[in-house]
Amino acid sequence: MAIISRGFTGRRSAAEAKLPPGQYLTTDFPVLSAGPTPHISLDRWEFTIDDGSNVLKRWDWKSFRELPSETITTDLHCVTRWSKLGTSWEGVSLDVLLADLKTDLPYAMFRSYGDYTTNLPVKDIINKQAWIAFKYDGADLAPEHGGPARLLVPHLYLWKSAKWVKGLSFMPHDKPGFWESLGYHIYGDPWREQRYSEE
Amino acid sequence: MAGTAVLGRVTWRTATVVGLHDETPTARTLTLAVRDWPGHVAGQHVDVRLTAPDGYSAVRSYSIASPPSADGHIEITVEQLPNGEVSPYLTEEVVAGDELELRGPIGGWFVWRSDQREPIQLLAGGSGIVPLMGMIRSRLLTNDAAPFRLLYSVREPEAIFYREELEALSAKHVTVNYAYTRAVPKDWPRPPGRVDRDLIASVTWPANLNATCYVCGPTGFVETVADLLSMAGNRREKIRTERFGPTGERK
Amino acid sequence: MSSEAYPHLDGNAAAGELNRIFAFDITATEGQCSNCGARRRFAEAHVYMKCPGIVARCAGCGHVLLRLVNAGGRLLLDLRGMTYLVLDKSQFQDSSG
Repeated sequence: MAIISRGFTGRRSAAEAKLPPGQYLTTDFPVLSAGPTPHISLDRWEFTIDDGSNVLKRWDWKSFRELPSETITTDLHCVTRWSKLGTSWEGVSLDVLLADLKTDLPYAMFRSYGDYTTNLPVKDIINKQAWIAFKYDGADLAPEHGGPARLLVPHLYLWKSAKWVKGLSFMPHDKPGFWESLGYHIYGDPWREQRYSEE
Repeated sequence: MAGTAVLGRVTWRTATVVGLHDETPTARTLTLAVRDWPGHVAGQHVDVRLTAPDGYSAVRSYSIASPPSADGHIEITVEQLPNGEVSPYLTEEVVAGDELELRGPIGGWFVWRSDQREPIQLLAGGSGIVPLMGMIRSRLLTNDAAPFRLLYSVREPEAIFYREELEALSAKHVTVNYAYTRAVPKDWPRPPGRVDRDLIASVTWPANLNATCYVCGPTGFVETVADLLSMAGNRREKIRTERFGPTGERK
Repeated sequence: MSSEAYPHLDGNAAAGELNRIFAFDITATEGQCSNCGARRRFAEAHVYMKCPGIVARCAGCGHVLLRLVNAGGRLLLDLRGMTYLVLDKSQFQDSSG
């Protein structure tokens, strides 16, 4: 049984808000990372979609930024228990990136510069559920927060919103990515508190 | 018994704050009476856990500043960090009589044991002085130990921890040199600046003496200074490091 | 010395959590990186604590040496990144001296 530390509240705000179970509200933006911040120059940046054998689509930074983008205001829920509400982003919807792509493969593994990966069902990244975001709070996305571009999938825990994203590979079966392979839930819905895998 | 000793390191123990002492306007030393404290070796640290009434908890690591002693008391020095979550509580809120939870002692590599006879080179960046002060205080309780040298890099003179104690050290035991990165004392012969190759060459043990070097401070300081020591001829296995976060926090 | 440039700590920072699993002091233990073959004390590993787990990387090549996740009722440990650990038998004594 932990001892309660008299007068300690931590950095959390006291505001009342509807949060997923087990979450605390925060007003700052914690930086969490499993590795060094990669520094990718924009003239080398690419986003590639493949199906495991063939490259289906590829954009460089210039062609990526020519795609239609939108601003999104959304809430973030990190599995380490902090939530940040009302964050504002600009990004290209996955609906745009996957337009006129035909695939039967139902899962996707997102890959990042560095060695981070995370898996998602394709049905969770279409229909206005996911973006490749390049601006946060009106400014270019800082490297420590995933810049030049990161995945943003706000309906799932934030570890699914891969920083420094560089592409996705369609897969026939769900395979665990970096954290899913070591105890984190394969899907990660914060509203059902799916933090950890069951077995 | 090895088994209970192992479990002892892992268990959270209750510690009571029995003393508070300001080192600088933003750093405070806490003296803690720890129930069933097993003792420690200079350089080790403890993890401190704070728990809010709703169950939210935060854990931070703090190096032990006091030398090994039999009375079950240890000292940690906490620097208040600008966006800190735990350090403002420990430097401003905590009063004598409060209880904390702590776990340890932790670490077996970044330690100095009194049976080490080789020359020792200590290099501290900011709050990195804390474990090294533990080593100096431990050294002073020992006869026949080899001489220590300390290079202590701080932003300005007001940021020095343990100032009077360091000034009182006899060069027979510990030679102290300072580097100031932002503001220097009156009549200081050098302008403010970071630790560089020339400073390493002029105040640290020559590499051929095979000193064991202990470098502690923010990660950037440690990376830079460890490289400088290596370039000065110290072998990698003689350079031991302990990194604090970029502003001095751990975690 | 910005946090962006140096977001890592080192093996000492992970020792408190790893002490829950290992009966010996992990920081003084030498491990071999399974990627580049470098043998270093675990204390020198670049450790990332601010993430949903602890990740330790080889100071030489950046390869993941070890991952630890505290998943509610379980601790999960991935050691694939180290081909072996070398333990001094004297480390099986209590490190509190």
